[in-house]
Amino acid sequence: MKPSSLTLRRSVDTFIKVLSMVASLVGILFLLWILWDLAFKGFEALDINFFTRRTGPFTVPETGMANAIVGTLYITLLATIVGVPIGLLGGIFLSEFGRNHPISSAVRFFANILMGTPSILVGVFIYAVIVLPMSGFSGLAGGVALAIIMLPVITRTTEDILALVPNELRESALALGAPHWKMIVHIVFRAARAGLITGVILAIARVSGETAPLLFTAFNNSYFTYYDVEGPMKYVYDMTEPTANLTVTIFNYAMTPYEQWQKQAWAGSLLITGAILVLSVIARTFFGGGKKRRA
Amino acid sequence: MDKSAVKARTNKVDLFFRGLTLLCAIAVILVMLAIGFELFRNSTLSMKEFGLRFLSDQSWNPVTSEFGALSSIYGTIVSTIIAMLIAAPMGIIIALFLTELSHPTLAKVVGGAIELLAAIPSIIFGMWGLFVLVPIMQTKVEPWLQAKLGFLPFFKGIPMGVDMLTAGIILALMILPFITAFTRDVLNMVPPVLKEAGYGAGATMWEVLKHISIPYGIRGIVGAMFIGLGRAIGETMAVTFVIGNSHKISASLFSSGNSIASTIALEFGEALNDPLFKSVLIELGLILFLITFIFQVIAQLWILQLKKHERS
Repeated sequence: MKPSSLTLRRSVDTFIKVLSMVASLVGILFLLWILWDLAFKGFEALDINFFTRRTGPFTVPETGMANAIVGTLYITLLATIVGVPIGLLGGIFLSEFGRNHPISSAVRFFANILMGTPSILVGVFIYAVIVLPMSGFSGLAGGVALAIIMLPVITRTTEDILALVPNELRESALALGAPHWKMIVHIVFRAARAGLITGVILAIARVSGETAPLLFTAFNNSYFTYYDVEGPMKYVYDMTEPTANLTVTIFNYAMTPYEQWQKQAWAGSLLITGAILVLSVIARTFFGGGKKRRA
Repeated sequence: MDKSAVKARTNKVDLFFRGLTLLCAIAVILVMLAIGFELFRNSTLSMKEFGLRFLSDQSWNPVTSEFGALSSIYGTIVSTIIAMLIAAPMGIIIALFLTELSHPTLAKVVGGAIELLAAIPSIIFGMWGLFVLVPIMQTKVEPWLQAKLGFLPFFKGIPMGVDMLTAGIILALMILPFITAFTRDVLNMVPPVLKEAGYGAGATMWEVLKHISIPYGIRGIVGAMFIGLGRAIGETMAVTFVIGNSHKISASLFSSGNSIASTIALEFGEALNDPLFKSVLIELGLILFLITFIFQVIAQLWILQLKKHERS
């Protein structure tokens, strides 16, 4: 290090300190700025119609996003049903059966890479393997696309959380003669419950805000896609049709020059962001955190 | 039922359960390979038509079916570089604030707020960028930059707001939380005794960071950069709103452009009934897949090596 005067070194140090405070402040200001705009512009169009009416032409003032809200719920539900069990079971293998198995390192490696794969490519993939063969966009395809995005997250989180369960618990269960699966389901899962719930909720929150993988899978729809028949099937949501969803609707609306639609896009954004933030906070506070995963 | 029969059945159930978990674990690998395979299979039409010329051609005309990937690749790289130039130093310096400077309670609040940025969906960044940031860039920031640095080729042309620079800034905001969190973890792992030795020798906080903490954690910080880079390259919705979607290459950051992801997002809908156009877009996807795949593999290997290094 070149010798330099103490005053110079001190002023460089102070400069960096101030800079780091300013940088932190800038980061927080951007967050607050975005949230402020969301709240301010979102509340404007967030009326009762927004929740009760379907999407419709921008010339009609009494439209909402009810079908998109319902569609997003169903698509996310499907993604959860498909993605969570596979992810949990995969995580069990990594943590309980194959901790040092060579396949496990490959699975971890590919799971990390899959997490970093752009979500739009998952959309293109599902378009090729589900939408084309079924010759049509469908909520089903959208749900599966989101499930794929969830899968590596759940797998890795499950492994990390199960690894925190002390081995003594496993050994005592096995010593009592419990088979492996019983030991895992009744002992390990119970011990890791809070962490697992946190992980699953965070994963659901994360995929529910995804847009790119839904663009050419779930597509969009201005109607509810309940089966249009008499009888109990009337209440079943038809996932083989193009399905309205919040994020794609926001995208379509925001890209138009029509003020009515732009306002509704803000309202939709407020709703989805609010839901995600609430889910994340619930997951972290009520279920005691668990281990956070990044990247 | 005698005991051995019970045991045999238990073993069978166990074996089945074990096989099931193995299958689900392998699903991750299969999905990953299938994505690569399908992207490749569906882009063969475009590969046959354009060959390697696709990579060096900047024409883009769906009407005459002339396509080239160059402008998309260029836009992806430029927007990512801008994002990294902003987010990397900012992330490191915020991590410095969180680990060294601020009170632990404050660090928790500030760190939590920065991490909240990561929870906001990318479409919100895009929309906010388009409606809020773009006008400010167009009327305030970019004219100011042009007045001060207009002699540089980067700041020539008419500031439109919908351009590479805005896309880079939005991307920077999106990857900032990842870089910050990762760097913070790295800085937290520096043994206090090393830092104390530095302070004891009379070094200032900045000198300790520069000469002790960063060299100590440089591998981890590089890993953090790779993660941020990988995210920025493939980010779709946020960029799509603000990059302008034009297929031309210009040195000016004030000119609109396109990224691979934004082009797929915007033009796939128009290409549904045009097999060649669709195949072109999927080949773009394949290129993006390969780029992110390579970056992710490097990042993973880097981190694996890092862990080995720590253990030894």
